[in-house]
Amino acid sequence: MKNIVLVLLMMVTTVTFAQDKNKRASLEVDGVCMMCKSRIEKACFKTKGVKSAVWNVETHELKLIFDENKTDLKAIEANIAAVGHDTKDIKASDEAYDSVHACCKYRDEEVKDDHKKE
Amino acid sequence: MKKLLILLGFMPLVMTAQETLTGTIYDASQTDSEQPLFGANLIWLDTSVGTSTDIDGKFSLPYNEEYRKLVISYVGYKTDTLIITSITPIKHALKPTNDLDEVVVEARKQATAKSYLKAQNTLLVSSDELLKAACCNLSESFETNPSIDVNFSDAVTGTKQIKMLGLSSPYILIATENIPSIRGASQAYGLSFIPGTWVESIQITKGAGSVVNGFESIAGQINAELVKPTTDNKLFVNAYASVNGRLELNTHVNTKVSDKWDTGLYIHGNLRDQKFDKNNDSFLDVPLKKQINVMNRWQYTNPEKGIVSFINFRYLTDNNQSGQINFNPETDKLTTNAWGSEIDTERYEVSAKLGYVNPEIPWQSLGVQFAFSNHVQDSYFGLNQYNIDHTSIYSNVIYNSIIDDSRHKIKTGVNFTYDAYDEFAIAQQFGRTERSFGGFFEYSFDNLEALTLTAGLRVDTHNLLGEFITPRLHVRYSPWGKSALRASIGRGKRSANIFAENQNLFASSRDFSILNSNGSIYGLDPEIAWNYGVSYLQGFNLFGRGADITLDFYRTDFQNQVVVDLENAQEVNFYNLEGDSYANSLQVEFNYNPFNNFDIRTAYKYYDVKTQYKSGKLIKPLTPRHRVFANASYETEIKNNSNWKFDVTYNWLSEQRFASTLNNPIQYRLNDYSQSVGTLNAQVTRVFSPKFEVYLGGENVTDVRQNNPIVSADNPFGSSFDTNFVYGPIFGSMYYAGLRYKLN
Repeated sequence: MKNIVLVLLMMVTTVTFAQDKNKRASLEVDGVCMMCKSRIEKACFKTKGVKSAVWNVETHELKLIFDENKTDLKAIEANIAAVGHDTKDIKASDEAYDSVHACCKYRDEEVKDDHKKE
Repeated sequence: MKKLLILLGFMPLVMTAQETLTGTIYDASQTDSEQPLFGANLIWLDTSVGTSTDIDGKFSLPYNEEYRKLVISYVGYKTDTLIITSITPIKHALKPTNDLDEVVVEARKQATAKSYLKAQNTLLVSSDELLKAACCNLSESFETNPSIDVNFSDAVTGTKQIKMLGLSSPYILIATENIPSIRGASQAYGLSFIPGTWVESIQITKGAGSVVNGFESIAGQINAELVKPTTDNKLFVNAYASVNGRLELNTHVNTKVSDKWDTGLYIHGNLRDQKFDKNNDSFLDVPLKKQINVMNRWQYTNPEKGIVSFINFRYLTDNNQSGQINFNPETDKLTTNAWGSEIDTERYEVSAKLGYVNPEIPWQSLGVQFAFSNHVQDSYFGLNQYNIDHTSIYSNVIYNSIIDDSRHKIKTGVNFTYDAYDEFAIAQQFGRTERSFGGFFEYSFDNLEALTLTAGLRVDTHNLLGEFITPRLHVRYSPWGKSALRASIGRGKRSANIFAENQNLFASSRDFSILNSNGSIYGLDPEIAWNYGVSYLQGFNLFGRGADITLDFYRTDFQNQVVVDLENAQEVNFYNLEGDSYANSLQVEFNYNPFNNFDIRTAYKYYDVKTQYKSGKLIKPLTPRHRVFANASYETEIKNNSNWKFDVTYNWLSEQRFASTLNNPIQYRLNDYSQSVGTLNAQVTRVFSPKFEVYLGGENVTDVRQNNPIVSADNPFGSSFDTNFVYGPIFGSMYYAGLRYKLN
């Protein structure tokens, strides 16, 4: 029994040690323009523990650096979805999607095409 | 047995040496010849084993039987995958992607770009802009830029001085690669010591600027980035000749020394040995000049460890001769046989930089800079001798990081400077040593929307200026799209090098006096000024084409200034300011792109620069109240790799006040104000190929001239002799031609 406790304790500590203060992650977030970029990045920073968030308009890649002790990817994605942007795992609610500016309606093919022309 | 073991030891080596795939990659778009592709990437599919082609398109790559598919890629070309079954050398041609009916959209790079996002009012001048004036050195490279005024070269030394916000260059912090470089002894001629071809880009910041580089900047900061061994051409040659007898040659050679080290050798030579006196005043219109300028740069790049380092070595020798046409330095130096002047400068510089960016945490970076220079100038102006020896050390450490998240950035660090001056002027020896040590902290905030802010503070302790605080604040707010409303405030402090900064005054018969004598620098107190500025930039569409308008107003208020009083034509008096001294500057700039490849830039400036002199509150001499600037540039479309480029600049200056000449004999008195003056410069460049181009240009093509630039030129040893009343061109129109050759 003692041994099991010890092993468990050791495992817990290793898990804590594995929590990276500067965890890097990359995920796909849907959006179309520079306004989306600002909205997505701001939503990330709203999550406590996010240190850096850079979203690329062309590749839709969001590069994140965050403190694993304070937050996780799920929480960040939830915040992004809350401002109306779909991520790979969480789809924004229609309500949230409706709140984005008309020119940012990334689900709309017409809007997508408009931005391609720029 | 032993021998067998040794043999066995060699076996694996021999084995791997055999297993190498070699080959050549060509450009498929060049159908008539086999043009090798330099830098194409090759990688075995699903491995990290790869390489890239050398200058001849050749490569060699380790081969293993497990490898089957070779991926060949190159930016702008279609990626190909080859199936490799044996190690016979391969030959493969890559097709450009635009052959596949893909549209390549290329935005035209702006030669001069204004930032909508930075907190500071910064203008980025690219090398394309610098080529517009075919300038030979940094002092001439601002002629197509309305924010900086380039004065007419003075009658004796032929040097062009620059001004910003109505204040002369000592109030501007001029740095090369963020190391303050044109200061102290090199203040007067330093801009002519940086060859134009060495400059990659220039950033001009109006107003107080950042605290990182020190406390000396008052009107603004200019930073010149030099060309880098890794990005500059392998070979670059620029040859220039002008009708005023000036010949210049610039040569750059850059090579890769090893995987991580690159080096470049930059040589500049400048010669003018023809005598001209077009206005028959017995004085040379342009001085005779010889300059040799050599720089060797070393660059170390290690992207895996995030380290970049530069080490520079520089040597300069500059010789200037001016004065009367029959002056012979060998027999007439420091005599009254004929009036003449020589300025000999020798300068050494060593600088090193180290930058480290944490590859794991991109916002953490550390920079270390160190620079040493020794500047020796021996000179005489008629019977006035002036020598200066200045040794300088500059070092700083900057650490960049964030607080909480990347919207809150911080910069902090320390710097140390040491300056030892040894001067001989007005028949006296002057010497002083300046040491300063300071720490700085700068916070920037960017909320990813409308607001950015930079707040900086530094604390310095200086053996002559004392202990003091330098605050600086910049705010930018964008109320709506394509706009930037900025405000800035900051304090600057400096010791005035009265002789070095005003050495052109030695070319006169004036008596020099320093009226206060209790201060710590030549008996004078340090200069202190506050700078306040607001600016508004708005971009918009006019008839469907891009345009922008900028309005800015800056005020510099001196708490103390070393006043240079020329109001008595026989004297120069230096004294501490008593009363008001300020410079107000208003600028309206309008830029427009009416059709493709055609740009127009126009500006109007209003200056109100006044100082309290002993004789009253007066407009600063030779500072025009109004200035109009216009520049137009046009490029034809590139066909068969060649095109034409045209550039025209017009500059108009209103009348300028002359310092009083009332106590001169009547024939040597000048009017209170000069005439207004307008000059037109033009240049045509013919690009024959990316490798070769030729340019032809003219400065002051309408041949405007100031008739009598030298007061009392007929009696240079009389008491009224003065060469400092120059408000316009002396030489008249000047044409030049040159060529540029690049090899990559």
